[in-house]
Amino acid sequence: MTNSPRLAMLAMVATTLLSAPAFAQDAGTLKKIKETGVITLGHRESSIPFSYYDDKQQVIGYSQEFMLKAVEAIKADQKLDKLEIKLMPVTSANRITLIQNGTVDIECGSTTNNTERQKQVAFSNTIFVIGTKLMVKKDSGIKDFPDLAGKNVVTTAGTTSERLLRKMNEDKKMGMNVISAKDHGESFLTLETGRAVAFMMDDALLYGETAKAKRPADWDVVGTAQSKEAYGCMVRKDDAAFKKVVDSAIASVMASGDAVKIYNKWFMAPIPPKGLNLNMPLSDEMKALYKAPNDKAFE
Amino acid sequence: MGYSWNWGVFLQPSATGDDTYLGWMFYGFKMTIGLSLSAWLMALFLGSIIGVLRTVPNKVLSGLAMAYVELFRNIPLLVQLFLWYFVLPELLPASLGNAYKQSNPVVQQFLAAMICLGLFTSARVAEQVRSGISSLPPGQKNASLAIGFTLAQTYRYVMLPMAFRLVVPPLTSEFLNIFKNSAVCSTIGLLELAAEGRQLVDYTAQPYESFIAVTLAYLLINVVVMFSMRWLEAHVRVPGYIGGK
Repeated sequence: MTNSPRLAMLAMVATTLLSAPAFAQDAGTLKKIKETGVITLGHRESSIPFSYYDDKQQVIGYSQEFMLKAVEAIKADQKLDKLEIKLMPVTSANRITLIQNGTVDIECGSTTNNTERQKQVAFSNTIFVIGTKLMVKKDSGIKDFPDLAGKNVVTTAGTTSERLLRKMNEDKKMGMNVISAKDHGESFLTLETGRAVAFMMDDALLYGETAKAKRPADWDVVGTAQSKEAYGCMVRKDDAAFKKVVDSAIASVMASGDAVKIYNKWFMAPIPPKGLNLNMPLSDEMKALYKAPNDKAFE
Repeated sequence: MGYSWNWGVFLQPSATGDDTYLGWMFYGFKMTIGLSLSAWLMALFLGSIIGVLRTVPNKVLSGLAMAYVELFRNIPLLVQLFLWYFVLPELLPASLGNAYKQSNPVVQQFLAAMICLGLFTSARVAEQVRSGISSLPPGQKNASLAIGFTLAQTYRYVMLPMAFRLVVPPLTSEFLNIFKNSAVCSTIGLLELAAEGRQLVDYTAQPYESFIAVTLAYLLINVVVMFSMRWLEAHVRVPGYIGGK
């Protein structure tokens, strides 16, 4: 029986520890940041060019710049002299949980805003719009999705593209052979070795693969976008005050024209670590977004 | 823990509209069985030949057989699979290689997976067969040669009938292993049981149901294999040896 008081204490400590993030959440993110003087940012490790490590292990990228703009706005809003920034790498598997349990206050990376996720977290104004397109060899003669009938096409397993491609094949009876590779690198290998005539994926990622290819000039990104996805910054659900500060920060970056500069820096110029240039022109969807910032999900 | 169970998910039509999710699992189940059985036949056939060669008095032949076993036994299965699937077509003449690569990807994946699993397992089967042959008392071989059998006849009528019956238990393990090893083939995109399980997680967000179903399916396959091999073992047991009457 000597153990039981100790156990009871342990249980108490555990309960306190477990409820601490919940407490912080109730009090509002802005209040927590003001009281502690610390904000924790969630970032990705290799989502090029959105959020990744450069060769000096610094977090950089298109989304990271938007996140830092939001941090500045938070600092100004709360009239803080100094705000300590803690960086926390997240993965696609744990990012939602880390936002929910209060470990991370805001995450800007390559997270798609969709209605399923909105049940768990809230999304800021959209920072990027991608479309699912095709990467093909320039001399292949393939211009759009109907050209794929009866051909071998590769996509990455577990992505929206895989779902869309298989559904299109079934609905339109196109007779494609769909190959599901385990990651983007293997998908590109399948395309490069001639096993597939096209690789379907998010356009930004396809431009990234093109830039990494041995001979980037051989490849092209073509086709009508089959779906659009909005990347947004994740924040905790039901925290309107915090979301408002982040939203207006993103909106003002877009209104001031800084957004185009950030875009050109990451998509139209050489980027670390290898000095690759993605050469991805600003799409009409992105132009529309910069003109009228919003937090709408496409699906 | 806040997980919402939904076993009905298997009867839902799949997101791509071609089948139910149960249909997907069944496709993967058939693929695993077809792949493993064809690879096993290949392994048994090649493994027996190589195993015999390892024990023949000819130094060159036994040396070659040993090289074969060491080669296929000592390279990780995943590496071998990638060699067969990604590298081999590049070594073919360009026109032939391109024609092959443009053919139906499921056939390509199946062939690469079957050859890879078959050769890998054949090296292991060869070792079992060799140990079975070497475990026989030397008197059996000598006696049969003394009464005028050729070496080939000695293997055919005296040594192999004994050796194969002795190695049924270790062969059972190899047979079970080939079904489990076949899961590696999901890495080249072959939609076998393990791959379909992962697909289901991606498409339905019901990981527990999917992986429980996959586990049960593997268990079912292996229980059937185990009992059939037990039956075979009891049937061919050598009287007078361990476990025999």
